[in-house]
Amino acid sequence: MWTVVACLVPPLVLSVFVFGIRTLIITAVSVASCVAMEAISQKAMGRKVTVSDGSAVITGMLLAFVIPPGVSYWLPILGAVMAIYIGKHLLGGIGYNIFNPALLARAFLLATFPVAMTSAWLPPLHNTAIFSTLGTAVDAVSTATPLAVLKTQGAAALAAQFGTAPNIYTTFFLGWRPGAIGETSGLLILLGGLYLMYRRYITWHIPVSVLGTIALLSWIFGGPTHFTGDPLLAILSGGAMLGAFFMANDYVTSPTVRTSQLIYGIGVGAITVLIRLKGGYPEGICYAILLMNPVSPVLDRLLKPKRFAPPLGGAK
Amino acid sequence: MSALLTFPKGGVHPPEAKGQTAGLAIEVMPVPDELEIILGQHIGAPCTPLVKKGDTVAEGDLIGEVTKGLGSPIHASSAGTVKQLGVSAHPMRVSAPSITIQTDRQAPPRRYERTDWSGLGREELLKKIQAAGIIGVGGAGFPTHAKLSPPPDSKIDTLILNGAECEPYITADHRQMLEHPAEIVEGARIIMKVLGVSTCFIGIEANKPDAIAAMEKAAAAGGGGQVQVRAMKVKYPQGSEKQLIQTLTGRKVPGFALPSAVGVVVHNVSTTKAIYDAVVLGKPLYEKVVTIAGKGIKRPANLLVKVGTRVRDIVDYLGGVTPELAKIVYGGPMMGFAASSLDIPVTKTTSSVLFLAGEEIDTRPHSQCIRCGWCIEACPMGLEPKEIAIYVEAGRAQETAQFGVFECFECGCCSYVCPAKRPLVQLVRLAKMKAKR
Repeated sequence: MWTVVACLVPPLVLSVFVFGIRTLIITAVSVASCVAMEAISQKAMGRKVTVSDGSAVITGMLLAFVIPPGVSYWLPILGAVMAIYIGKHLLGGIGYNIFNPALLARAFLLATFPVAMTSAWLPPLHNTAIFSTLGTAVDAVSTATPLAVLKTQGAAALAAQFGTAPNIYTTFFLGWRPGAIGETSGLLILLGGLYLMYRRYITWHIPVSVLGTIALLSWIFGGPTHFTGDPLLAILSGGAMLGAFFMANDYVTSPTVRTSQLIYGIGVGAITVLIRLKGGYPEGICYAILLMNPVSPVLDRLLKPKRFAPPLGGAK
Repeated sequence: MSALLTFPKGGVHPPEAKGQTAGLAIEVMPVPDELEIILGQHIGAPCTPLVKKGDTVAEGDLIGEVTKGLGSPIHASSAGTVKQLGVSAHPMRVSAPSITIQTDRQAPPRRYERTDWSGLGREELLKKIQAAGIIGVGGAGFPTHAKLSPPPDSKIDTLILNGAECEPYITADHRQMLEHPAEIVEGARIIMKVLGVSTCFIGIEANKPDAIAAMEKAAAAGGGGQVQVRAMKVKYPQGSEKQLIQTLTGRKVPGFALPSAVGVVVHNVSTTKAIYDAVVLGKPLYEKVVTIAGKGIKRPANLLVKVGTRVRDIVDYLGGVTPELAKIVYGGPMMGFAASSLDIPVTKTTSSVLFLAGEEIDTRPHSQCIRCGWCIEACPMGLEPKEIAIYVEAGRAQETAQFGVFECFECGCCSYVCPAKRPLVQLVRLAKMKAKR
């Protein structure tokens, strides 16, 4: 688990340079509240306290990573209660929770604090004035995310604000764009994900099926006419990369058999694109993952691993 | 070298840890003062003792015979006097009936002369093998004569000798192949004659290049062009019967079936050596090469010991244990059993006794299943160990047959890979006891 934490540190460090030091404070508050909540929940339920396993730290980091950098510092505390107490421990504790705790908390915050969660975006800094945004809060709305611009104002406005290909790819890949704290840099998320694959903690199945489906469907349906969408931009915007590498393949809430993982990943990708193009929100991967989470146990029950060789005369 | 042969699904690669003993020649351990010879060393009912307290026995004398069903006779490992008929500690069955012999250390070791077996027919060869008490010494203990008498409707065309020795630490088969390659090949020729087959593969993991070379040389010299050595990838459980057959022939043994169902018979290389001893020398099986290794023993070794030798005597012979000793395991680290006593005697199926130091074992506490699916990836049989374990923990072990518990051969890959350190293979064993077949 601590390896995953280490893989999440580079995007966090980058966020400090993109949005200012407040991202570090929000993350720290989120991690501290999640760890505290884990200990309190486990004590209250008479379970063994397992905060040292690092799982609450990961949830805390991921929770901070999916909220806008301009929110009030107390918002992640509320998120931690939702993520750890309700999302994780009331639903069975480690290994048994149905939904990804961090995303469940984000969905909860989005529903209860819609203004903060949809408008507290900060523009990327163009100097090292990382302390300039320290006091910024909800009211200091200053920008919109690329996906929101694309949704409400169209492709021309997106190009006007963020540049055109290939420059926009470079900017987005490096992470210099408005967005949630930890989702902006495709490069650093990709490096973290590849390292986890290299160490064999995760496999390619879920990230590739999620991103592949998003790219394919965005290419087909994302443009003014069919097959004119921009697949690369689609996977570099919003939380696609973070979701594919660090959220969708959460062990507990994703299927265990490879074929099921591919189906699950395709489902996440398809719902993401559906919400982006037809739904009310600019970004859909959070809900896509939350909608596919409860499908995991069903897939696991339906698609069994291939047995070595069946017994003669049918199953016994 | 081209891609090494292996099985396609599952498997793990634990640290091989064979360096401690791989270079040590088989050493003959002196006969201890007492031997405890367990009467049921094989699969099947225990033998009926043929001796009583006070009887004198000579080395190689028949002391236990099969009176019902499947079985294999027991011989005196050394000359001496029967001290008692009692019970011995047993690594898996807790206790088992046994004969204790007070050995006569002055008696000269019995000599066996080479005889010509080329004129013997199938039945005569089988009779010799049965009379010598040969069983599968790799671990299962299945009576060899029964394995060599496949159902008449099965068409056996291939013999496989298992020289994989995929368990970490153990080097007993490795040394047998290095030191007795010609005997193993001749043993293979005997089996081929009994089965009437003309194809024999010897499967050896690629981490034993010296054994591969030795066996290739012996096969070329005495194999009559019908014995071929096959180098296999180092992957646990490469030496598992079904995986080995799939690796070397591409055939899959169906669930609950024997290898004869796909025309194959598999014997361990050390069993083959025992068959050679039985047929060529007329020597019953009462000695065993055992690897004693781990950082918890003063002097690791590959020992040729008398069947019935207590582990305590082996420890004394090797200079005792080290202060680092944390766990004693009978068998390999993957499939073996933790020991609670040093009074357990060596049987025909003992391949190793490991004295592991704290740094060689994992004692971290286990936690709940996080559904990572690693056990599913690692399982060579395509089972879902996590599901079985969760059912057992929920008190629903009797419902686990649906997950194929009876196809599990307890290789332990699932426990090995589990990041939550869950005792998966142990829970599966429990499920097997409780589930209805």
